[in-house]
Amino acid sequence: MTPLFDPQLPANALLPLLVLASSLVPGMIIFFLAEERVRLRTVLNLGGALMKLALVGFMLWGSYQGQRFEARLPLLEGLDLVLRVGALSLLFLALSAGLWFLTTIYAIGYLEGAPHRSRFFGFFSLCVTATVGVAMSGNLLTFVLFFELLTLTTYPLVVHRGTEAARQAGQVYLAHTVLAGSLLLAGTVWLYTLTGTLGFVPRGFVAEVAETHPGALRAIFALLIAGVGVKAALVPLHSWLPRAMVAPAPVSALLHAVAVVKAGAFGIVLIVYDVFGVEQAAELGVTGPLAAVAAVTIIYGSLRALFQDDLKRRLAFSTVSQVSYIVLGVAIVGPLASVGGIVHLVHQGLMKITLFFCAGNLAETLGIHKVSEMRGVGRRMPWTMAAFTIGALGMIGVPPLAGFITKWYLSLGALEAGVHWPLYVLMASSLLNAAYFLPILHAAWFAEPDPAPTHAAAADGHAAPSRAHAGWLLLLPPLTTAALSVLIGLFASLPFSPLEWSLLIAEREFEYPEARADVPLRPGAGSDD
Amino acid sequence: MPSFPGGMEWTLASVFVPLTGALLCFLLPRRAPLLGRLTALLTVAAVLGLLLTVLAEGTQQTALGGWPAPLGILWRADGLSVALMAMTALVGLGVSVYAHAYFRDKHTEGAFFWPLWLMLWTALDALFLSRDLFNLYVTLELVGFAAASLTALDGSAAALRGAIRYLLISMLGSLSYLLGVALIYHACGSVDIVLVAERIGTAPDLVVAVALGTMTAGLVLKTALFPLHFWLPPAHGSAPAPVSAVLSALVVKASFYLLLRLWLEVFDGGGPWLAEFLGVLGAVAVVWGSVAALRQARLKLLMAYSTVAQIGYFFMAFPLAAVGGGAVWAGALYLVLAHGLAKAAMFLSVGSVLRFARHDRIDELDRIVHRLPLTLTAFALAGVSIMGLPPSGGFIGKWLMLEAAFRQGRYGFVAVILLGGVLAAAYVFRVVGHAFTPTARAQRAREVPAAMEWSALLLALAAILLGLLPPLVLPLLEIGQVAVVSGVAAPAGSG
Repeated sequence: MTPLFDPQLPANALLPLLVLASSLVPGMIIFFLAEERVRLRTVLNLGGALMKLALVGFMLWGSYQGQRFEARLPLLEGLDLVLRVGALSLLFLALSAGLWFLTTIYAIGYLEGAPHRSRFFGFFSLCVTATVGVAMSGNLLTFVLFFELLTLTTYPLVVHRGTEAARQAGQVYLAHTVLAGSLLLAGTVWLYTLTGTLGFVPRGFVAEVAETHPGALRAIFALLIAGVGVKAALVPLHSWLPRAMVAPAPVSALLHAVAVVKAGAFGIVLIVYDVFGVEQAAELGVTGPLAAVAAVTIIYGSLRALFQDDLKRRLAFSTVSQVSYIVLGVAIVGPLASVGGIVHLVHQGLMKITLFFCAGNLAETLGIHKVSEMRGVGRRMPWTMAAFTIGALGMIGVPPLAGFITKWYLSLGALEAGVHWPLYVLMASSLLNAAYFLPILHAAWFAEPDPAPTHAAAADGHAAPSRAHAGWLLLLPPLTTAALSVLIGLFASLPFSPLEWSLLIAEREFEYPEARADVPLRPGAGSDD
Repeated sequence: MPSFPGGMEWTLASVFVPLTGALLCFLLPRRAPLLGRLTALLTVAAVLGLLLTVLAEGTQQTALGGWPAPLGILWRADGLSVALMAMTALVGLGVSVYAHAYFRDKHTEGAFFWPLWLMLWTALDALFLSRDLFNLYVTLELVGFAAASLTALDGSAAALRGAIRYLLISMLGSLSYLLGVALIYHACGSVDIVLVAERIGTAPDLVVAVALGTMTAGLVLKTALFPLHFWLPPAHGSAPAPVSAVLSALVVKASFYLLLRLWLEVFDGGGPWLAEFLGVLGAVAVVWGSVAALRQARLKLLMAYSTVAQIGYFFMAFPLAAVGGGAVWAGALYLVLAHGLAKAAMFLSVGSVLRFARHDRIDELDRIVHRLPLTLTAFALAGVSIMGLPPSGGFIGKWLMLEAAFRQGRYGFVAVILLGGVLAAAYVFRVVGHAFTPTARAQRAREVPAAMEWSALLLALAAILLGLLPPLVLPLLEIGQVAVVSGVAAPAGSG
């Protein structure tokens, strides 16, 4: 058993713990700060976020040098709490650390002068701590721990406003996540009694019992996927997500792009790849139903989004739909589809957070909450709407934006796996995406502004909007994420890009004969044999 | 050559320090708050000393007055005893700090509280150390008397009625136990647990069965297992906060501990049918108690029904352990320890809310999330352990029991264990949710002393921390158990 601080690998055990501490410690201090100590709180928030980014960058660099990062704490006999950084963890870590930094900037601007900010930022930090814990989990037990922690730390953010609507949204959120948590726990314990281990390894650890207990393994798969599927908002487990929109905009960003939904999707990826192994899962016959659920979710989410007038609700249903691209990519079973699914973890995060930042800006500066109020808004807030446009076009899958890369790989993957129906799903979903995003863009840029654009703001109890445009704290984050979603689309094939990482992960998962050769996974080089 | 102070001194100190403290508090009521807290501190030190000694050297035996077992009184501190004494000490320290602030402006109640509470602590420690059926009866009766007197603390007619009822129930339980002791003494000619365990094989089966039945029934009544739980909610729900905390966290554990000892050491795992019966009652208790908790309008009653539900988990271990052995008992004991710390923290924080808002109606908690943040944090953290979410002591206990239930294919128990956690989350978060919302009319509030908030918070943190300590606690629970756990029950970790 490796002790917590192995003298032979001092830095390797330390770094994962530092990554946790870089948000945990500032968070705990922030709880005890008086409300008016804005400067110290901002320093702690941004300091922690920057430090986390630096640590993740360092680990990224280290892992290229072949370093391993792992920390252990013995818990039960033969079952430790393990933090381990692998390729997949690094992808999620980099995403959540980067987006947390931007969301923190945004939240500081958004909540300027709002009450109870110490509590808000305290839980905000704990929430990210739980998320990076999920990212670095080295076994299913550790995953369960941080996954539940994520539930507990996001609850106070969902009910932050303290209204009756917020309380009820919180209860709905908990009812879903706690039930799911118990399914996840049941699946985990059951699996443990069969395999005697829970450690994540590429290509899974259930192969030995697959012969003897196929039925139990299928049941366990269903339990685990249902357990994480609630957070990933799989239909029919999704209904908490649109309701949670009562929370402040930074919380929506956190839920949809940085932490909760992402953790759920990441959980599905982990369960399929590192618990069952995707080929083993396919042999058990469980990937087919998963793909079907994903397809239904994609279409259903898009259809529901089409009929929402509330902008944030429309975005929420769009998330329901988009996150299942990840699940679909995983469930198609094939290297290229996996690449598409995994890379969409990052792509969806960047594009969706852009959209939520912009929606928050519209609500905050102009008091606009509804799609029908967005006529001519492009002229009044050109920067915000420019970012929104990039995000929306990315979601539709217009090249060369990030969303296009996802859809390209998913389609190729489906063809490679020899199935055609995902293409129709993708096509239908892209059409629906266009149908619910393009009218917004058209109204915003080309329609005449409403004669009385401020009525909604007055009705909503906001002060009449005085700022002609959002402050730079609110503008910088969406512009950055919009720019990034252009760049990672344009430069998808450069080293360190999310696509390159996803290729690396898929290679490990599928074990190509010539694993380092770029040929089989590069679409341009022609894999259509 | 035993070192000084060694196991014997620590054993004696952990009973006689609180006993002396109780007497001094009785004689010097004006100095009682100071003396009481000092005693609590010294008792904690004594138990800590004993804990470390047992960890280092194994089971400690102490013959009172130097007489060996059949004639004199023998105290034995093994891992199980010391674990419960340590939990009692932690809760006791928290309650003592809390009570000092709580009773500051209620001098009469305070004057009665300290001697009774320290007497209760003495009796609990003595109970955990005793190894002779009759001494166990005496300590059990002492625990019951002290607890009943504590419920009468505020002197009102309602409180007195409640206390008398509590006392009668408690005595009924003890007498039922005593009947079993008499039967065993008649059959085996001894009340020493070790000797009885040796001779019980030759005793008539019927006598043993009746003794097992009466002793189990009496202890089950005192532990408030469904459907004999009816007395618990009114008693725990009406007492002053520190007393409720002690009753829920410690007193019901004493009778459960005794039952466990008897089953493991005297009756060699009890009867399979009886174990099954207790397990089913436990499962019903989990569901019924949780649903009842969910329907309460008042916080203290919610907490009391939550205790009824949690007690159910302890009894579900009986049938599971018949096959799963020591690992299941370890899980149940983990739940006992975690519940002790967590429920004490919750009752104490409810007491703070009651002091703050002058009421404990759940729907009208009126933004205590930022008006009383530490208290709500304590409540929520303790709630995490009660729900059995990681990382917490409750999670470890549930994990071990779930593992056994899955291994034995007992999916009914799996479902109940999981459902209990979900229902617990529902009632805990019902409270937490209402703590965020304002009420229609703003409420005036009284100040809550920091000692009350912090003692609850630290106990809640201890319940959480317990979830990270299985490598320390599980081996401790095994100390002194290997020799006793035979036949049906294998040592922990072999499952």
